[in-house]
Amino acid sequence: MPQHTFILNGKAVTADVEGDVRLLWVLRDVLGVTGPKYGCGVGVCRACTSHLNGKAFTPCAVRVDDVAPTDEVTTIEGLPDTVGAELHPMQEAWLDLDVAQCGFCQPGQIMAAVATVRKAREAGREVTEADLDTIRNICRCGTYHRIRQAVLEGARRMA
Amino acid sequence: MARRHPARDDHDASGGGEGSPGGAGGSGIGRRRFLGYVLAAPTLTVAAEFGVEALAPREAVAASALIPSLPGPAELLDLNELLTLAALPTSNLITIRMDTDGTAHFALPRAEVGQGVTTSSAMIVAEELDLPLEKVKVTLADARPELLFNQLTGGSNTTYSTYTPIRVAAALARARLLHAASLVLGAAVETLTTKAGAVLSPAGALLGYGDLAVKAAAVADAAVEVTLKDAGGFRVIGTARNRVDALEAVTGRKKFAMDLQVPDALPTMVCRPPTINGTVRSVANLAEVRAMPGITDVVTVSTGVAVRGRTFGQCVDAVRALRVDWGPGTAEGASDATVLEKLRRAELPLVVPPLPLLTKAVDARFTFHFASNAALETNCAIADVRKDSAEIWASVKAPIVAQEKIALKLGLPPTAVRVHVTEGGGSFGRKLFSDAAQEAAEISKALGKPVKLMWHRTDDFRQGRTHPMSTSRVRATYSLGEVLTYEQRHTSVATDFGHGIGEVLTAEAARLPVADATFSETMFQLTQISPYHLGVTTQLLAETDKGFNTGSMRNIYSPNVRCAQELVMDELARRMGQDRYEMRRRLLKDARARAVLDKVAQAGRWGRSMPAGTGQGIAVHTEYHSAVAILAEIDCRPETTGRKVPNAYTGPRVTKVVCAVDVGLAVNPRGLEAQMMGGIADGIAVTLTSGLHLSDGHFLEGSWDQYFYTRQWNTPPELEIIVMPRPATSRAARASSRSPAPWPPSPAPTAGPPARCRRSSPSTTPSRSPSPPADRPARPGLAHRRPRPHHLRPGAPCRSTPSS
Repeated sequence: MPQHTFILNGKAVTADVEGDVRLLWVLRDVLGVTGPKYGCGVGVCRACTSHLNGKAFTPCAVRVDDVAPTDEVTTIEGLPDTVGAELHPMQEAWLDLDVAQCGFCQPGQIMAAVATVRKAREAGREVTEADLDTIRNICRCGTYHRIRQAVLEGARRMA
Repeated sequence: MARRHPARDDHDASGGGEGSPGGAGGSGIGRRRFLGYVLAAPTLTVAAEFGVEALAPREAVAASALIPSLPGPAELLDLNELLTLAALPTSNLITIRMDTDGTAHFALPRAEVGQGVTTSSAMIVAEELDLPLEKVKVTLADARPELLFNQLTGGSNTTYSTYTPIRVAAALARARLLHAASLVLGAAVETLTTKAGAVLSPAGALLGYGDLAVKAAAVADAAVEVTLKDAGGFRVIGTARNRVDALEAVTGRKKFAMDLQVPDALPTMVCRPPTINGTVRSVANLAEVRAMPGITDVVTVSTGVAVRGRTFGQCVDAVRALRVDWGPGTAEGASDATVLEKLRRAELPLVVPPLPLLTKAVDARFTFHFASNAALETNCAIADVRKDSAEIWASVKAPIVAQEKIALKLGLPPTAVRVHVTEGGGSFGRKLFSDAAQEAAEISKALGKPVKLMWHRTDDFRQGRTHPMSTSRVRATYSLGEVLTYEQRHTSVATDFGHGIGEVLTAEAARLPVADATFSETMFQLTQISPYHLGVTTQLLAETDKGFNTGSMRNIYSPNVRCAQELVMDELARRMGQDRYEMRRRLLKDARARAVLDKVAQAGRWGRSMPAGTGQGIAVHTEYHSAVAILAEIDCRPETTGRKVPNAYTGPRVTKVVCAVDVGLAVNPRGLEAQMMGGIADGIAVTLTSGLHLSDGHFLEGSWDQYFYTRQWNTPPELEIIVMPRPATSRAARASSRSPAPWPPSPAPTAGPPARCRRSSPSTTPSRSPSPPADRPARPGLAHRRPRPHHLRPGAPCRSTPSS
């Protein structure tokens, strides 16, 4: 069986699996990393949102053989390590605003939020209401309003 | 029936007690004194039973200038009370255990699906036990058939029915700890107090609960009388608290069913028929699919062809490779149009006689399309079926029914089937049923191996349960500024109540053809309330067509029945030249409903001047002892409806929502706010954007890019939720279990509406009926076996309201 190596949450990992399997299933079913959730499998609900080299992506839509050995995949489990803390500031904002209801979409929401703030900063600006409107992640419990507040609060805390 | 709805009476000071969830007085039991039980166990373990709630007779309604309506059945005894009463005989089995580390453990016989009942239950324990919230561990109990009706999570009933028993058990635990401490310290119990998980003596000695847990344990079961705290001294209940599982959720550590690692339970999916409930005739390439990479098993089951493999991705590939000859389903050839025609034929007649001179009528008919109650977590379950036993892991709100149905299917006694209730990734009505758990058990038995079964998203939309299509025909007559009659005939595709009220005997009764009409009508009458004095009022249900997989969606009938009534109220106000808020205010029966309505009108600045193309709507609802009002503002200006978000359906935007809610005592106001926020997101979705299109025996929507649930771009930028303060004399004690969904805003604007929207309100939901984009083929999904028609019905924004 082909081997696939990449960097997952800061550590090199190798998965023995067919190359056409989507990364979401390699993470969940082969490597046992269950923070990213399945909600559609075609990149539209974004419950599996994680980071590929620091940018938001949906592992359900990427084949594992398209991931290079030098690619850095970060899931919710590895997010705190990116800031060397117990929790990422965005997670702390999420806790303070008590965003989660069932919690199923929240790992993806937080990963999307962090990427949204980073993207705005790379463009030399802060997150706007218009940016919030472009976050596609579905929350079927309807926590959207608290998500908006938490993204802005998390952005303030992200140095 | 001499019961009354405590919630529907003004809060007066007479009678009542804090220990009664229903709040009213009149029973022979002291209001704060209850019997609890200490159970023989190594560490302190206590149990509690329900106190019998007695309700005082309803006081006469005094109203002057309006035409009073007799109370409807749900105003006398509603579904919530029925569930509470049904739970009485067996509920003395709720137990709390104190561990030597000072942690209290409570296995809640309910499902947590996001509504926050683990948090509110932990708060109740913490309050009565004087223990920090973080020292209370609430888990979800396995299916416990001895609980009978008392293990159903539904009807917004969890906190209502468990509030007192949890308090009694916790109070008893505290009393036992005090008693044990008095022996250790040689001090009279009366001199001791408790605080933050410890017993304190006047001399300053401090004994942690953990140190007392063994000493407080009993060697034999005994019944003990216990006194509950005075509500005036509450320090936890009624305060805003964050969820107890929030850290788990934001770190990705919260375990849902599909995150559990059960040995050898490999990913499993089912290839499902192209039409609703179709059946397998034959499979042409079983051997070929079995040989695909990663696949371990392929087997035909009653719902399709199951494949088991190393990863879900490989299961998807195998399902897509299967060549199956399918037999017909239960809705062959059906479309929205054919179902509508059936509904029209099934509609019960209106009975108001020919109108006298000067009397006019509003005649209206509303259509509510099929809507999906799919959660973000698709139907899923783990099953490990052995020769003599079975073990199931699933989020189910009626675990006893699941257990008994699975036992029946497997030919095992119910006691041989263990059902573990896992954390649920949303429910919205779905998890009242155990479709995936039953299917997983069948597959595991067929394969002789454990399975981790998950539904594909597309199947979840196309074969999963839906909120049924329905119509509401309304005729209201009025004369000289008063409403004389109100008739509503709600006609619906049958709602499946196969979950019964928690126990398989009622579940089966709901399936009997004879019992069924009565059962549905009973559910309708137990839940539907006309909150206004509209003269002679009748609301009747007729159901038809059992070919669909249906269920509740944030409530049963109310989202449609009451929405229709609120829209008719708007139309009556317009015809009679009255203000929509003032007219509602005048006609409301219930003071609490009037209070929430006033609150949103004031906080939301009802009637304020607004730009052309924007406007306000207002609505109110009472149900399950609660009252909620919504004031919403909508922007229908072209620059808004035409705003572009890539690959998004945008349309009109609800720009502001003010919601006021009165549930009596909100155990956790922050959790209640969250529930209202979710209900508002649902209301916006079903009003403006999300619905299923039925065509040729199957639903067209296959994923979230076709079924437009509310997204950030349709979220109101301004949202204010006001939890009404608990009146000092209130006796109601209810809380944040799933609250009634607030009503979709009625978007008829007050000031300067655009010409096409003027004097109109939707008669169809979703109002725009968005359809899968024609230039974009439906996503590949498991149920795609037929070409998808792309000619969907055109949008119908602001269809004019029916005329007289």
